[in-house]
Amino acid sequence: MGYKLTPAGFGALLDELATNYQIFGPVRYAGKGRLAGTDLTTYGPVRSVSDLVWDARTTFAPKEVFFPVKESLLYFSGQEITEPSLEMKETLVFLRACDLNAVSRLDKIFLANGPEPDSYYARRRQHIHFVLMECQEGFPGCFCVSMGTNMATGHQAALRLENDHYLLQALAEPWIALGERYGQPARVEPVWVEKNPLTVRVPERVDIALFQHELWREYACRCIACGRCTLSCPTCSCFSVQDVIYRDNPERGERRRVWASCQIDGFTDMAGGHQVRADRGDRIRFKVLHKIYDFRRRFGINMCVGCGRCEEVCPEYISFARCVNTLNQLMEVQGRDA
Amino acid sequence: MPNPYLPVPAKILAIQPQTPVDYTFKLATDIEPAWGQFVEISLPGYGEAPISISDAGAGYIELTIRRVGQVTTALHRLNPGDTVYLRGPYGTGFPLAEFAGHQLVIAAGGTGVAPVKGLINYYANHPGELEGLHLLLGFKTPADILFRADIERWQTIFPTILTVDQGPGGWPGRVGLVTEFVREIPLKPHARIIVVGPPLMIEFTVAEFIKHQVNPEQIWVSLERRMHCGLGKCGHCKINDFYVCLEGPVFNYSQARNLVD
Repeated sequence: MGYKLTPAGFGALLDELATNYQIFGPVRYAGKGRLAGTDLTTYGPVRSVSDLVWDARTTFAPKEVFFPVKESLLYFSGQEITEPSLEMKETLVFLRACDLNAVSRLDKIFLANGPEPDSYYARRRQHIHFVLMECQEGFPGCFCVSMGTNMATGHQAALRLENDHYLLQALAEPWIALGERYGQPARVEPVWVEKNPLTVRVPERVDIALFQHELWREYACRCIACGRCTLSCPTCSCFSVQDVIYRDNPERGERRRVWASCQIDGFTDMAGGHQVRADRGDRIRFKVLHKIYDFRRRFGINMCVGCGRCEEVCPEYISFARCVNTLNQLMEVQGRDA
Repeated sequence: MPNPYLPVPAKILAIQPQTPVDYTFKLATDIEPAWGQFVEISLPGYGEAPISISDAGAGYIELTIRRVGQVTTALHRLNPGDTVYLRGPYGTGFPLAEFAGHQLVIAAGGTGVAPVKGLINYYANHPGELEGLHLLLGFKTPADILFRADIERWQTIFPTILTVDQGPGGWPGRVGLVTEFVREIPLKPHARIIVVGPPLMIEFTVAEFIKHQVNPEQIWVSLERRMHCGLGKCGHCKINDFYVCLEGPVFNYSQARNLVD
């Protein structure tokens, strides 16, 4: 069902939703950007229709709404171990097609990989509902079309900002009822980005011989292992588990998990100080191949969704897209020589 | 939905020091592991660590733990009767069906003996399952030798080469790296080989067996990684498209040789 809404109508719709839902979406925090005088666009609570940011990519991905940066797993009290309870309101997340596709990648790791689902992820995830924010065109560095993530499924509704009004495609309740109440029926067909200025060609196969290629040596010099690329990535899901004791009461503490990054020192540390991938070039190789090859070998789809964030946030201007295209060229050369 | 991160308490039945830094903890538990699997052991407030199961029997498992970090240091301060917490067992064990009826060679170095100790004891009690078992065990120095009582028993049952990298005066046994003694083992054409130890030891020992006409498909290795979850979620043990906690830690070498960190 399609509806046309005025900003005031959509605002009233959000107000009604807010009585039953918590609502997250891309919002702008003035002056909070990385550089002086810049804003931070990221996921946060949406309180009014004007909060939703349409003209920029968020620095961080929506995953933190249901995969928190830091999450308590267990509480300790003497010899007693208890699980934190979770009372979570139904939650709406406004997001772009690439980020919605990214959720299915996170679902693969947390719900499908291994012998059983991750109960902490699952119990939040079941309360999460998605509203697609349609892209008219991508942002600089986006390559969703190359990754097949320009289209999406799994959302309750799709929203388009068009001139001075909103177009709503209601695919499920409560959106149909809300559209009837606050909008005018209209013909709304989904619009997808069909072309990005940037094209990324993902090699079908990556030869293990390329693991030693000099391509990676360049990154060994340039990458500073800051981890920004992985923290901004909508599909990165790695975490570390750590125990803490409360300083004011050593009898009590908790086991928690925090986001981890394969790019940052310590990720592979083992007993006795042994580590693998000490070299940063090898870490980039590990990450890139996970995103465009290893994950696909395991789950049948690429992990990367082409959102372009990792490149945008990299302080060393390392381009993921260029790296993948180079890999593809190397494989093509190899194919010709064979 | 069950919480796979929730550990269960296990009482320490006994602590057996192997060396000043390696203790074997016997823990009361109903876990019935396959040989080669690991558990996550934890002490609230200190953290969790993946440790391979070094032996098991009715109502208990044994873990041989080296004091190297925060969790293991805290564990070493405990006494029999104290409680630790366990999750698991995780991972794949050694494929006993692949070994049955064949000659088996187990080459293990240092703490790498721990993941195969239970398996060796199993074969000590079921010698008919194999067409002979050869042991090749290496330690840094005589002071680093683990499981002395077990090794003495194995020496009476199986052809056993016990070697140390450096032997001080008075050490009556073999001196030299495990790799140097592979040639002494009378390998049968379809021999099955297990190699466990530090990464370099695995690499060079496997190369030595391959030099002696053993196919990669006849070799199994056990890899070490610091798994934070053991459930295929945390990502710390991923290599290529495999998770050591799920598809490993025991891998056939035809697969392991393509796993590049």
